Amino acid sequence: MTIPHALLALLAPEPKFGLRLKEEFETRTGAVWPLNVGQVYATLGRLERDGLVEYRGGSDDAPSQKLYELTTAGFKELRRWLHTPSVDERPPRDEVVIKVMVALTVPGVDVGEVIQSHRRQTLEVMQGYTRAKADAAGDLAATMVIDAELLRLEAAARWLDTCEARLRRGATLDTPEPVRDVGTAASAKPGSIR
Amino acid sequence: MSATLELCGVTRTFGSGSTAFTALSDASLAVDAGELVAIMGPSGSGKSTLLTIAGGLDTPTSGSVLFRGSDLASLSRDERSKLRRSSIGYVFQELNLLSSLTAVENIAMPLELDGMRARQARRVAMAALDQVAIVDKAGSFPDELSGGERQRVAIARAVVGDRSLLLADEPTGALDSVNGEDVMRIVRSACDSGTAGVIVTHDAQLAAWADRVVFIRDGVITDATQPLLGPESLIVADGST
Repeated sequence: MTIPHALLALLAPEPKFGLRLKEEFETRTGAVWPLNVGQVYATLGRLERDGLVEYRGGSDDAPSQKLYELTTAGFKELRRWLHTPSVDERPPRDEVVIKVMVALTVPGVDVGEVIQSHRRQTLEVMQGYTRAKADAAGDLAATMVIDAELLRLEAAARWLDTCEARLRRGATLDTPEPVRDVGTAASAKPGSIR
Repeated sequence: MSATLELCGVTRTFGSGSTAFTALSDASLAVDAGELVAIMGPSGSGKSTLLTIAGGLDTPTSGSVLFRGSDLASLSRDERSKLRRSSIGYVFQELNLLSSLTAVENIAMPLELDGMRARQARRVAMAALDQVAIVDKAGSFPDELSGGERQRVAIARAVVGDRSLLLADEPTGALDSVNGEDVMRIVRSACDSGTAGVIVTHDAQLAAWADRVVFIRDGVITDATQPLLGPESLIVADGST
């Protein structure tokens, strides 16, 4: 639900037309996540239905443009959203993690090669973002959004490095014993790295 | 045109007999003018050995190192020293700034040792400090500078004059990410101006500033990244990344 709330935030200072909301959203997020005006108006329609924004009329110059204003309920919802932690308590379903963990159990597969393949690809994407950041010098919004992506990718690269270091120490993955009774799952022996 | 730096089948073995240890094995690498290459690997993988051999500070057990087409082994000791002094810049983790010299004197000294007159050396050194945006610290001694400023002085010293090869070992040291990024922008800028650069690091954020990342494990070059994709490839049609 990020885009509806981002639109509420952009409407907080003053009423705005959909086109301006699109432009401001892209500017503030470094143009990394492009939006189209149709998406903006569809989202505003849902926010209006929920009483979070109010339609304030059209534009004399451009009839297709509609002016929207934040309601009191919209402002309360915006504050609630801004203060709600976005950290997911459950681990995200990360495809790279799954691939590496599964590779450990597949006969004939060199896990080191799987790890290196993902590390190389991660670095290639990081190189692209870093070049984009170098080109965006002075554009704070773009720099901060790219920082977020780079740090996420760096975490992935470091996880791969850590896996490799553990495996090189001779660690192997135990096969967990089947859990016979779901009622005692908590005491069942989990898959572990020696 | 030959590469600025070329390592051809370089092996470096320390010790002999049963205690022999091969730190680098059959490593080949070419770095062109204007190219920044990152050597990435864990501690003890041989990346620092590769850097010292590339800079002529150590000699390979076998294989050759070519600098602008000349085999370093074919040069006399004096010629190698002069080459190191005038054409190759180094940034080490310890920085090796002389504590009794000011920032500008640290940069001017190698130029003077190479025969440049003191006044001119100072002028060139001031220009180098200006390039790394700390010309106002020219008269400060190393212990009066912050970590980031010392790092900038070390880089200014490494790129000053007619250097065509910059070698750096973890050039951002223990700097925080924003200051480390400033240092990498300077390194990147030196390479964009025609210097060939090699940095060794275990840090992915640092390595990502390079045109090419070369991976090393147990003294063996195992892999390298492909040429850079354009930034537009990072944004897909639906707006997700």
